[in-house]
Amino acid sequence: MSSNKKPLHTPLTRRSMLKASAATAAIGSAPIIFSSKAYAYANEPKGSDVVLGFNVPQTGAYADEGADELRAYELAVEHLNGGGDGGMMSTFSSKALKGNGILGRKVGYVTGDTQTKPDAARASAKSMIEKDGAIMITGGSSSGVAVAVQGLCQEVGVIFMAGLTHSNDTTGKDKKANGFRHFFNSYMSGAALAPILGENYGTDRRAYHLTADYNWGYTTEEAVRTSTEAMGWETVAAVKTPLTQTDFSSYVAPVQASGADVLVLNHYGANMVNSLTSAVQFGLRNAQANGKNFEIVVPLYSRLMAKGAGENVKGIFGSTNWHWSLQDEGSQAFVKSFGEKYGFPPSQAAHTCYVQTLLYADACERAGTHNPCGVAEALEGFEFDGLGNGKTLYRAEDHQCFKDVLVVKGKENPTSEFDLLEIVEVTPASKVTYDAKIFGGELGTCNAG
Amino acid sequence: MLGLSRNDFLLLLFVLVLVAAAPIFLNPFPEGSEFAQFNAGYPDLMQRFVIFGIFAIGFNILFGLTGYLSFGHAAFLGAGSYAGVWMLKLLTINVIPAIVVSTIVAGIFSVIIGYISLRRSGIYFSILTLAFAQMSFALAASVLTPITGGETGLQTALHDPRILDGASDGAGNIPAPSLFGLEMKQSWQVNVGDWLWTFNVGYYLSAFVLLIAFYIAIRIFRSPFGMMLKAVKSNNQRLSYTGISPRPYTLAAFVISGMYAGLAGGLMVAMDPLAGAERMQWTASGEVVLMTILGGVGTLVGPVLGAGLIKYFENIFSKINDNLLHQWFAFMPDGIEDFMVTIIHPFVGKGWHLTLGLMFMLVVVFLPGGLVGGLSGLYRRVFQRRSKAQ
Repeated sequence: MSSNKKPLHTPLTRRSMLKASAATAAIGSAPIIFSSKAYAYANEPKGSDVVLGFNVPQTGAYADEGADELRAYELAVEHLNGGGDGGMMSTFSSKALKGNGILGRKVGYVTGDTQTKPDAARASAKSMIEKDGAIMITGGSSSGVAVAVQGLCQEVGVIFMAGLTHSNDTTGKDKKANGFRHFFNSYMSGAALAPILGENYGTDRRAYHLTADYNWGYTTEEAVRTSTEAMGWETVAAVKTPLTQTDFSSYVAPVQASGADVLVLNHYGANMVNSLTSAVQFGLRNAQANGKNFEIVVPLYSRLMAKGAGENVKGIFGSTNWHWSLQDEGSQAFVKSFGEKYGFPPSQAAHTCYVQTLLYADACERAGTHNPCGVAEALEGFEFDGLGNGKTLYRAEDHQCFKDVLVVKGKENPTSEFDLLEIVEVTPASKVTYDAKIFGGELGTCNAG
Repeated sequence: MLGLSRNDFLLLLFVLVLVAAAPIFLNPFPEGSEFAQFNAGYPDLMQRFVIFGIFAIGFNILFGLTGYLSFGHAAFLGAGSYAGVWMLKLLTINVIPAIVVSTIVAGIFSVIIGYISLRRSGIYFSILTLAFAQMSFALAASVLTPITGGETGLQTALHDPRILDGASDGAGNIPAPSLFGLEMKQSWQVNVGDWLWTFNVGYYLSAFVLLIAFYIAIRIFRSPFGMMLKAVKSNNQRLSYTGISPRPYTLAAFVISGMYAGLAGGLMVAMDPLAGAERMQWTASGEVVLMTILGGVGTLVGPVLGAGLIKYFENIFSKINDNLLHQWFAFMPDGIEDFMVTIIHPFVGKGWHLTLGLMFMLVVVFLPGGLVGGLSGLYRRVFQRRSKAQ
């Protein structure tokens, strides 16, 4: 033991220094690459894959919509990679997509839960961008979330393709150069809905609004108020309800005593299902007020909501971005491939998300790059057809799509569990187009990270 | 050293090494490997680890030392966040004023709430703080929408005044929060073989603040003031009978921990300039209680570990979807694969709460001292067994 006893501390000698520096050099010679701005743009895809981030609500009031959006995204990815029957890729007016991914890169994806909360949605999007290297974020179902995530994408320098978000703010007050929206908005709903309401219910109605307490609710209430008041309606009261509310009886109870004869539910998803059910339970649909039948209006409708509310939606007017019963080539192709994969027709949320994914991929192909600035340029002012809404324009000034708006009504005699809405009128795009400046806000310039 | 005993100094050193090397050891799996899913070394999550660490350290000063269980600490985090975003909007995009002001605002806010809530103790105190926090949440989510942005949240915008920076002309991009020009989102990536490490400016700023916060917490724990707080916890009545009014001490502890929460809120918006109302919701207040209990109440380093664990679950487990599960079990025969996926499905993805809940239950039942208590127990047992063997 004692014969080869080593000193506890090796003295610092020239030899030990040399040894140490040799060791350091050995570690140093491993391939170490320092990079801070070694890329042309944020999350530039390096390998044979490109990652998209699907950020949808999987919990909360909009979970049903989120689940359907996710199905549509998965279908879109399948089609982009050349699987399935190609869906709307064959009817799309632009023929840049070849079914070999995006720019020859196989499309992969990551998913996240927005919880319908701006904070959580942003955290989820951030982890997709930072951890998984997502080059594009898409998703929605809440405008609060869309605005928050769009802001993040602008800061980080990736493209945001808004999913279902209906507030004017998304492409109005809070528009961003990196954000794009295919879905229609509150203003368009109001403009399309008002004439139909006037025809059916008369021009001397008194309306009571229940409004979801966030940016979408505000702009929808405002749009419906402005357009109905312009034709002579009066607004008795407008009450805000929290997004997390599930029992609306305390909000519905005072409606009948207020002197109103129309109830406008500026609610979406489970909120709308619950508030409408409450209203029906209070007997509002059979009630008389001011000598007229009491009516209920739901500005933004979807099949999923109609399904949730069941019998209660019969005869109720609303507007929608798209409906599976549309007979054009694109819609039919989409309904067919969606139906074959999942066994039921897609919702409007699924449609807009599918279309957005295709539009993004197409823009990449046409621009020849994933660079957000190139993609944005390819999308701005892009006119297309064959994606289910007829001729559509991506307006360059605010990155909003302009297309026909559907006014729908809950069907009186549904023939199947999916046949819940009937299309009352297709309002042409020209009637719902507005000046890009009316909502304020600035796009800024595109950010590539 | 630094006025600390040898053990405390070693603890501080330990935390220093822990946070400094976090980008390396939080990414133990090579990029592109199957386990890369479990890597946590990306800036956003690391920032969350240390920021919630600060929040939990502060909470522990109140709960761990005085035993007063506040169920409303998220209100201070939220108040700090809003104050921080407003500083970024009005004053300058530099993060220093935002962080300082958010701490001060949360401090003032906690003086008011603390002064009223501390008139009661025990469960009544908890309920009072909970009530105040829910009131703040309701205010932020609805009534004060012009100030807080309601459920949409408060963000920076291109046309913000930013008095010190000079007004923007409406072109270009929203400036990112920075420290004298060094942007918080800036990162350096280092590839070593297949491993990828990301060193982020914002993370290291938060880590630096965490070290200061941790140092101050040690000093408070070891001070006569801290001793007084422990006296409050062990027997409030006896303290009163000896002629000492405990209220100034508890109020001081309450305000200090409120300021820690505000500091965390300020850092959060410095990293990502958005404040949402749900940051103030009671679930957020409950989360910090969980963090502290999970890590070990009254221990110095426990809350930091608890915060890390909960944030890890929230961000990593919630992202495992069925697709990934199928990939993992792809080697099994079809029937068994589907069976495994069905079994695991409720515990991952949106079911991460369930996993966390189970783990919390196990910790509370089997490790009453939290993770730190468990670890030190393990250490002691191993150590004693060895000394017995000798």
